[in-house]
Amino acid sequence: MKSGTVLKTSALSIGYRRPRKPPVVIASDLNFSLRPGELVCLLGPNGAGKSTLMRTLARLQPSLSGQIWLDGRTLADLRPGQLARRLSIVLTERVDVGAMTGYGLVSLGRHPYTGWTGSLNEQDQRIVQWALRAVGAQDLANRLTVEMSDGERQKVFIARALAQQPSVMLLDEPTAFLDLPRRVEVMELLRQLAIENNQAILLSTHDLDLALRNADRLWLISSDGDLFDGAPEDLILNGAFERVFSAEGVSFDRARGSFHTRQENCGRLLLHGDGVAAFWTRRALERIGYAVENDDENGNSSFYPARAASQASAPGSVTVELREDGAIYILDMAGRKDSFSSLNALTTYLRRAGAGGNADAKADQNIHTRR
Amino acid sequence: MNREKVSTPPSHLDMHAAFVRDILYAPGLLLACLVLLALAAFILSLAVGSVRIPLRDIVAVLLGGDAAKPAWATIVLQFRLPKAVTAMLAGAALSVSGLQMQTLFRNPLAGPFVLGISSGASLGVALTVLLAGVAVGLGGSTTLLAGISLAGDASLALSAILGSGLVLLLVVSVARRVQSGMTLLILGLMFGYTTSALVSVLIYFSVVERIQAYISWTFGSFGGVTWRQLQVMAPAILLGLAGGHLLMKPLNALLLGETYAQSLGLNVRRVRLGIIGSSAVLAGVVTAFCGPIGFLGIAVPHLCRSLLNTSDHRLLLPAVSFMGTTLALGADIVAGLPGSQLTLPLNAVTALLGAPVVIWVILRQRNLRQAFAG
Repeated sequence: MKSGTVLKTSALSIGYRRPRKPPVVIASDLNFSLRPGELVCLLGPNGAGKSTLMRTLARLQPSLSGQIWLDGRTLADLRPGQLARRLSIVLTERVDVGAMTGYGLVSLGRHPYTGWTGSLNEQDQRIVQWALRAVGAQDLANRLTVEMSDGERQKVFIARALAQQPSVMLLDEPTAFLDLPRRVEVMELLRQLAIENNQAILLSTHDLDLALRNADRLWLISSDGDLFDGAPEDLILNGAFERVFSAEGVSFDRARGSFHTRQENCGRLLLHGDGVAAFWTRRALERIGYAVENDDENGNSSFYPARAASQASAPGSVTVELREDGAIYILDMAGRKDSFSSLNALTTYLRRAGAGGNADAKADQNIHTRR
Repeated sequence: MNREKVSTPPSHLDMHAAFVRDILYAPGLLLACLVLLALAAFILSLAVGSVRIPLRDIVAVLLGGDAAKPAWATIVLQFRLPKAVTAMLAGAALSVSGLQMQTLFRNPLAGPFVLGISSGASLGVALTVLLAGVAVGLGGSTTLLAGISLAGDASLALSAILGSGLVLLLVVSVARRVQSGMTLLILGLMFGYTTSALVSVLIYFSVVERIQAYISWTFGSFGGVTWRQLQVMAPAILLGLAGGHLLMKPLNALLLGETYAQSLGLNVRRVRLGIIGSSAVLAGVVTAFCGPIGFLGIAVPHLCRSLLNTSDHRLLLPAVSFMGTTLALGADIVAGLPGSQLTLPLNAVTALLGAPVVIWVILRQRNLRQAFAG
């Protein structure tokens, strides 16, 4: 690529035209570009226009104004066949294609290249095989798509999009119906494909964590039509996440890179211990509403969250001790020590203590073990 | 771009060659069987009827020679041959039309009959046949009573094509607005009710001879078509079949739904019109000359899909053509009640024979979705 960008928009305005009414503008004055070999994730609240943007870029719906360039040519100038060789899509909705094998489905991706019968020549067949291999789905070639799991089907649909040999691939929520391991797998696969094939891949997703970890860049689109473009870390640091999601009733934790709906503050707890067990102990305590002060091995004391904890109660402490048979969590509240064998027992005890005093909790010997 | 990056180790080529063999040759064999079956049904339909004619004589007559009895030559050439050719054309036409509709609407229940296309054709024919009767009933000229065949093959076919085409355009213009296939089916049903209501109004005001002519038309028959009528019917159907087969690639793309098809470079609007055009010609012409023949259009695509275990239209289109041919010939043979002087209404036979077969095929499927394109 000479120019270094494969897809570019200038003053693009997206939305819907309505008969005899002014068009619904979803976002306007969008200027961004996609470079070959990069994975870009499109994030935003529902209804912000992620799908509309995708559809507009794929020319499935007209833009309201502005220009889109693909491979140095405006989108409007490309004939349907030419566009199909440059850009392919994977849609959210599950499509039932009837009795068709994985191989047959991926072959459909060769349509922009084949003649009137759609028969594959040797090169087409090689490319179909290559696409199946690229997504790790060789074993799905002879399987019927109706017999595939959601994850397998998604891989084959990605292979189909790949077989079009596009310079840009657009995927609308490719991880939506997948379980967690499949999500991670698909996301890693897409990042790998972008690099290996020097393709630009744009995908919309709600998987914040996966997007933060895998995307080269994020496009954050807000409900009022602003688009923030930058590296994931930049967008966290410059507060774009807070701005985009502030109206959605959740707050964005900059330090953690995640959303949370903060509950009332139950008080402060000091946490002694380090390592993975301490990390997850803090998560558990924070989840039930405690402000946790960490006392790691260096003696540095860091304090979460940023908001001031209530100073009214004297801080108790939780010590994580690792033993041969697992972790032991020792709670020290006002001089009384209780130890728990699981975080479930600890949080259950704390929640009860917070709600109805210690008496209730003491009565329930099944929940925690006491020494 | 990644075009140069494609490289395949030889082991995969071997694997692939074996794979291609499995995929292509097995359906190819099945397809050849279907062709042979159609041929056998064709010969059989010439051989059986109220008069038994030995196979040897039939072959002789077909090759331009003489039969043992001169009457046999007349029976074969003037009655059985046009009937068999009509059945073949009609069977192929209805099956291809049904397959196209099922794929276009992504609905396993779609077919020329269900979406009201045949009803539209019926209305067109009813208007031509019965309105003349209404004119007579209101004191018009008696020359109009002279029978349907004199009304002209072309005008009858044209009214059926117009009727079916109009209904199909209506269905599709609605189809573009609503996404649900169920809505479409209900609409097709409503079109059917509307047309039959209009037809019953026409019948109410028409004369008995016309009504009888119309009703026997609705029973369906391949026997009423003469060589002269075939000169109109055959080219129209062959054209429609050719058009249908030309659309195999777009039809395959449409298996993915219209959005994906569009993203594959398909001009969806043009393809849709092409499919509807050829489908309307096929269904309309058959309905015009043979009456509204139900069932074949829905059943044959399902049978072929489950037989070949594929949704690929490159195989399905020829397969449904030959399967439709075979079944139409078979239904006609059965309707003729060989060895008797009686005949059954063709529509009754297609459904009575075909419905159990389809039920068996559908129930046998492990996954119902697998049986359908939609």
